Amino acid sequence: MGIDLALLWAVIILFGILMYVVMDGFDLGIGILFPFIPDKEDRDVMMNTVAPVWDGNETWLVLGGAGLLAAFPLAYSVILSAFMLPLVFMLLGLIFRGVAFEFRFKAHAHRRHWWDKAFIFGSFTATFFQGVTLGAYMHGLPVADRGYAGGALDWITPFSIFTGLGLIAAYALLGCTWLILKTHGELYDRMRQLARPLTLVLLGVIAIISIWTPLTHSAIAERWFSLPNMFWFAPVPVLVLLAAYYLLRFLNEDPHAGPFLLTLALIFLGYSGLGISVWPNIIPPDISIWQASGPPQSQGFTLVGALLIVPLILMYTAWSYYVFRGKVVTGEGYH
Amino acid sequence: MDLDALMLARIQFGFTISFHIIFPAITIGLASYLAVLEGCWLKTRNPVYRELYLYWIKIFAVNFGMGVVSGLVMAYQFGTNWSYFSDFAGGITGPLLAYEVLTAFFLEAGFLGVMLFGWTRVGPGLHFFATIMVALGTLLSATWILASNSWMQTPAGYEIINGQVVPTDWLAVIFNPSFPYRLAHMGMAAFLVTALIVAASAAWHLRRRNDTPAIRTMLSMAMWMLLLVAPLQAVVGDFHGLNTLKHQPAKIAAIEGHWENKPGEGVPLTLIGWPDMAEEKNHFAVEIPRLGSLILTHSWDGQFAGLKEFPPEDRPNSTVVFWSFRVMVGLGLLMIGLALWAAWARRRGQLYSSMPLLRFALYMGPAGLVAMLAGWFTTEIGRQPWIVYNVMRTADGVSRHGALEVGVTLALFVVIYFIVFGAGTVYILRLIGKGPQIDAPPEGGPGEAQTPSRPFSAAPDSDDIAASGRTDQG
Repeated sequence: MGIDLALLWAVIILFGILMYVVMDGFDLGIGILFPFIPDKEDRDVMMNTVAPVWDGNETWLVLGGAGLLAAFPLAYSVILSAFMLPLVFMLLGLIFRGVAFEFRFKAHAHRRHWWDKAFIFGSFTATFFQGVTLGAYMHGLPVADRGYAGGALDWITPFSIFTGLGLIAAYALLGCTWLILKTHGELYDRMRQLARPLTLVLLGVIAIISIWTPLTHSAIAERWFSLPNMFWFAPVPVLVLLAAYYLLRFLNEDPHAGPFLLTLALIFLGYSGLGISVWPNIIPPDISIWQASGPPQSQGFTLVGALLIVPLILMYTAWSYYVFRGKVVTGEGYH
Repeated sequence: MDLDALMLARIQFGFTISFHIIFPAITIGLASYLAVLEGCWLKTRNPVYRELYLYWIKIFAVNFGMGVVSGLVMAYQFGTNWSYFSDFAGGITGPLLAYEVLTAFFLEAGFLGVMLFGWTRVGPGLHFFATIMVALGTLLSATWILASNSWMQTPAGYEIINGQVVPTDWLAVIFNPSFPYRLAHMGMAAFLVTALIVAASAAWHLRRRNDTPAIRTMLSMAMWMLLLVAPLQAVVGDFHGLNTLKHQPAKIAAIEGHWENKPGEGVPLTLIGWPDMAEEKNHFAVEIPRLGSLILTHSWDGQFAGLKEFPPEDRPNSTVVFWSFRVMVGLGLLMIGLALWAAWARRRGQLYSSMPLLRFALYMGPAGLVAMLAGWFTTEIGRQPWIVYNVMRTADGVSRHGALEVGVTLALFVVIYFIVFGAGTVYILRLIGKGPQIDAPPEGGPGEAQTPSRPFSAAPDSDDIAASGRTDQG
């Protein structure tokens, strides 16, 4: 068979994780922004911008996990067992965040603040540990006898803590620009003000990670600065600056979808930078997607479904966003 | 019992999956119920059906959310705690899980928003379509995950190459020997779970003299469902048991507390007793001669393997599964009893007024959930010590974590699950207690350019909001 199944699967999983980062990124960003917006009505509106879609957004994370298990069982088992603790913390964060969507409106008024806190705490926790896991993943994992051979706390490093904090900034900007798209009035103005410092913070994060990564990871440095790769890589920082420049310019006017789309571009560029650093390994530093592949019968069988169904999923997801298009405003008879 | 890392990992999986399965079971039943209610509303335009739809969808939303977040944990736990199993069998369980995500989870999630908030945003036909897609998603989800679980119980269609499971025949993998029985048994269990909850909710209101047409309809529909499915479930359960006897005889021996055969004699049915794994016998056994043979071999003096025919290290814990099985069967018999009593009361025109019947229906509210959990305990503990039956031992599938990490995460799961899902249960009971609202406005934001201002609730339900005069209900 001439098809490189491992390659196709790596692309599908990368796409799934990117979809997750983008879509649940703005959901989680709303939780991260909650502390800045104390007003209950504004918080209602913020939650309502994502209430009909958060569950579908989170499903991309399940697809990432299930796809990894189906196509690269070795990578699934090594990576997940290595990061058991940060992943469990992330999952617990997602539990608090997810139930808060419903519980917040079911609780008695004097207890509602608990679910506001759960929403904030859950969003921060889930985001931070996603970032930590990402940073620790870049470090690489020791493997012996098809199992993780490191310690339970190896994921705690200054770099991984920084990527954890960095992801909070990224999701905050995603949430902020999403709200610029979906709200109006005071909340909109507030978000427009917040977007500028958040953009600058995110730029700083990207710059620091770009310097820190090659300094502490010689393998990645080699990859970046060896010749054919540099051509691939060189446009990334340029495009990042370009996107940030236009994003900041948009904020001077009366923006609508622009800042959100440019933030997506920033996230995509950062993501592709990380991808280039690891590719084609799936368990850094040295197990490639081909070495970690499961049986071709499994990859092929699942690929048929993925290729047929993912376009359908994208279609009805888009339809759902279309149904709930437009600015969200506070309910009538509310004031 | 030695609380080592393996035991802690097993407890963690058992704890998280037991909590999780409660929500999908209710989701499966309620989604189909909601589809029927909406269909009846569109066909008859009888407002009672609309009232009931808008009532149960609130409960559905809370329950669905809890199912999503507790299910996410499961998708990752295979890797965090059972990495050697995942590496070994991921070639089969992975694709099945991936198909569940692709065909079921996205379908549910994609149409859930429209189902919950789209009542005024899309036409009635399209909304009905969304409800049906969500219901279909729940059923597809059950199908895939049960295929995966059944394959681990009765593996087929594979070979082992270089220490990894490789699928050779996907149809044989999916339609493995125990799959059809497990699917039917679990699907009906989900419907029974929901019917009993709906019936108990109606009974609670009727006992408090909240006697409305909507509540009567609830009780009537639930009791018809129970009458249809509860006896059928007993038949399917019998077939499932025979299938288990064929493929997992040690499990049946443990369920029956059956240690050894006596030459030429039928096997008795041990009604109650205390199987003792160390002494290899039952204490305090109350037996009915030959009934075990009759049930399991459908003959007077047929024999089936006793536990002593299996090496001690291959025996599942009979003490546990003996009792979990009896809890399930006992509750199943009570369900049939409730269904028959209700049918009799209906004939005499007392379905909505017989206080003893309503009290019985109320107490039976959680019986479906308890029976379902007891059944899963039976089949999962009964297949030990295997994680993939006769292919991989549970002890070989577990990640090599220390007891400390597994213990800490287990403690976190226990504390947080009880807090979060305890609160959710309180909210669901509170919603049930409010009853259907006759003048409930449809959900969805009032204007075209609006999204509902209150997610996941189809009517004002927290007191302050009602007092503030919010009329939206989205």
